[in-house]
Amino acid sequence: MTATAPPVAPPAGRTASARAGSSAAGRSGPVAWMVLPALLLFVVFGVVPLVGVLVLSFTQWDGLGAIHAAGFSNWKSVLTDPQLPHSILVTFEVMILSWAVQTPVSLLLGTFLAGRQRYRAFLAVLYFIPLLLSSAAIAITYKALLDPNFGLGAGLHLGFLTQDWLGQSNLAIGVVIFIVSWQFVPFHSLIYQGGVRQIPATMYEAASIDGAGRVRQFFSITVPQLKYTIITSSTLMVVGSLTFFDLIFVLTAGGPGDATRVLALDMYKRGFMSNQMGPASVIAALIVLLGLALALLLRRLGGSTTASQQEGA
Amino acid sequence: MNTSRRTFLGLVGGGALAAGLAACGSSGPKSTPGSTTGAAAGSGASYWFLTGQPQQGIREAQVKRFNDANSGSQLKTTEFQNDAFKQKIKTAIGAGQGPTLIWGWGGGGLKSYVEANQVEDLTDFFSQNAKLKDSIFPSAFGAATVNGKAYAMPVETVTPIVLFYDKRAFEKAGAEPPKSWGDIMDLVPKFNAKGIAPFSLGGQSRWTNMMWLEFLFDRIGGKEVFQNIYDGKANSWSDPSALKALDEMQKLIKANGFIKGFSSITADSNADQALLFTGKAAMMLHGAWTYGNMKSSGGDFVTGGHLGYMNFPPVDGGKGDPTDTVGNPGQYLSISSKASAADKETAKKFLANNTLDDASVEAWVKSGNIAVAKSSKDKLSAITDKNDSEWLNFVYDTSANAKNFAQSWDQALSPTQAETLLDNIAKLFQLSISPQQFASNMNAVIGQ
Repeated sequence: MTATAPPVAPPAGRTASARAGSSAAGRSGPVAWMVLPALLLFVVFGVVPLVGVLVLSFTQWDGLGAIHAAGFSNWKSVLTDPQLPHSILVTFEVMILSWAVQTPVSLLLGTFLAGRQRYRAFLAVLYFIPLLLSSAAIAITYKALLDPNFGLGAGLHLGFLTQDWLGQSNLAIGVVIFIVSWQFVPFHSLIYQGGVRQIPATMYEAASIDGAGRVRQFFSITVPQLKYTIITSSTLMVVGSLTFFDLIFVLTAGGPGDATRVLALDMYKRGFMSNQMGPASVIAALIVLLGLALALLLRRLGGSTTASQQEGA
Repeated sequence: MNTSRRTFLGLVGGGALAAGLAACGSSGPKSTPGSTTGAAAGSGASYWFLTGQPQQGIREAQVKRFNDANSGSQLKTTEFQNDAFKQKIKTAIGAGQGPTLIWGWGGGGLKSYVEANQVEDLTDFFSQNAKLKDSIFPSAFGAATVNGKAYAMPVETVTPIVLFYDKRAFEKAGAEPPKSWGDIMDLVPKFNAKGIAPFSLGGQSRWTNMMWLEFLFDRIGGKEVFQNIYDGKANSWSDPSALKALDEMQKLIKANGFIKGFSSITADSNADQALLFTGKAAMMLHGAWTYGNMKSSGGDFVTGGHLGYMNFPPVDGGKGDPTDTVGNPGQYLSISSKASAADKETAKKFLANNTLDDASVEAWVKSGNIAVAKSSKDKLSAITDKNDSEWLNFVYDTSANAKNFAQSWDQALSPTQAETLLDNIAKLFQLSISPQQFASNMNAVIGQ
């Protein structure tokens, strides 16, 4: 899921590009052709489908017969569809809540795992396992565990676990956010672990000499030093959450009612279940726009003062 | 698992996407030697069908018999898992790369093929093979007919929706099986008082809820109510009988007629059947295809004679004929209009000689199903298991005696309408929309 998010360019500072400006012109010649294979793949699998979707969004097509031009009618009908604000709301709900759950947990876990003791390496492997499972498998497993009649709660006779987890709107959203977090916290912990290990030990030594405790060190050194790691990880979470589909599709299929019907699911249902490729393409285009806007916004948040990232700079 | 169109839909709507995803990677389509995956028109007649026993074995045997008897015109097969098939067939047909023989469920899906000129008109084929046509249940032709012309041949099995119940639960509650809708409403508090859920329901799959509405619409308003919707008549969802049926439905839900948490139960995991055979629920409205699984997974539930079944009871004052039933009148085979003349001939020969021949009908009955052929009746006397024999006779009589055998709505309607319907049914069962809202949401997509 996060892997499908567009790669986030390292925050290129204005100063850096300005400095490179003069020498880059001379070097770009022989180097540029090396980009070709990647560029070709990007055009064939990225740009061409994107343009295809845009074209389809202005047509009427059921996937079988002829394609008819439809002007702006798909856009009009989707943008005025009362379902759309709901889907966008659910998408943002999942995005923001799963960000709010994942960030502190992965930050703490990552900081903890950045220590050097041997058992932490073992724990790191354990924590990492959820990310190795496929979303569909995770969804099926959780669905079986949460089953109100045959699941974990009923099996162990635990009353509080015996809820109609996926049958009630609020609970279902909560379950989705929990499982998404469970799945992706390992990945983000890994990023934070790497980030924490980059922080020079001298800072902590200096802080200890000044009498700062572990909590004070965490908030005054670790968190500020991880600013760019946090932005990178958040960008991956936010943009990645726009494409949440498989897990939710298998787990709730957008239900109960349409409580967990996120944009990607909305697109799938319109396109492949209702045979309305035009409106589905409109939703697809909206997802792309939303993803771009969010990625740019997050870059803007952290992109202006890149210079001090490196020690001594 | 006894794979049927129903299970299939359940799979699509719910859990087994994993199977479908896995199919994309490793266990993709399996072709017979000599055929290429997605054999296009022109490279010999091809036939795509679904995996899953016992259906898969019967289909393979049919093709083998055909190929053995026709050395000159061989039929090549490609087998797909349920989910993979539904995706692949539509894309392949849309791209003009479909198989010669198109396996499907008739109804709205077939209609979309017809409108795109993708399937062959078989009206002449049936008039030339009048005997073949007469051997098939007449009710099965409805879903194969578009604008008065037959575009598919009903093949394989007939599976009506049946009201199953647990005889042990009725003994425990000291109650009798319901004879009317009023009885059902009276039974609800009795079972709830005993700690048994009145009805099991796999509500997350949505089409499971739809079966209830299909029967209530028919029993209250008669077959015309849905026929008007099917024909695209404006505002037919707000027919007074339709509104009454929707209202009765919500009354049953409000009275706790269904097991707690039904909206998170899916049918594809067979959890709804398990609720019935483990004694947690007293009754269940479900397709005839569930019998096989209840027999194999339910311990002594079927073999011990605890399973009871009946056609859906009448509603007092309702206009519907109580012999009517709903469900799958059959599965369907169409011939691609893009195939070469020779391939079309091969396909027609296969349809005429091998799909509902004696050996096929016998194989279907032996597998616990009633074939769409009238000759199924003759095979029933050979069934030695008393439970199976009673069950198959019941399914045969229900299907053969039905004045009207309505095809499941989600198959009868166009994909656009079907998806809106399933969405709104889920909301109706959640009590988040009223019958009036349901009707107006559905009226908005009539004819689309």
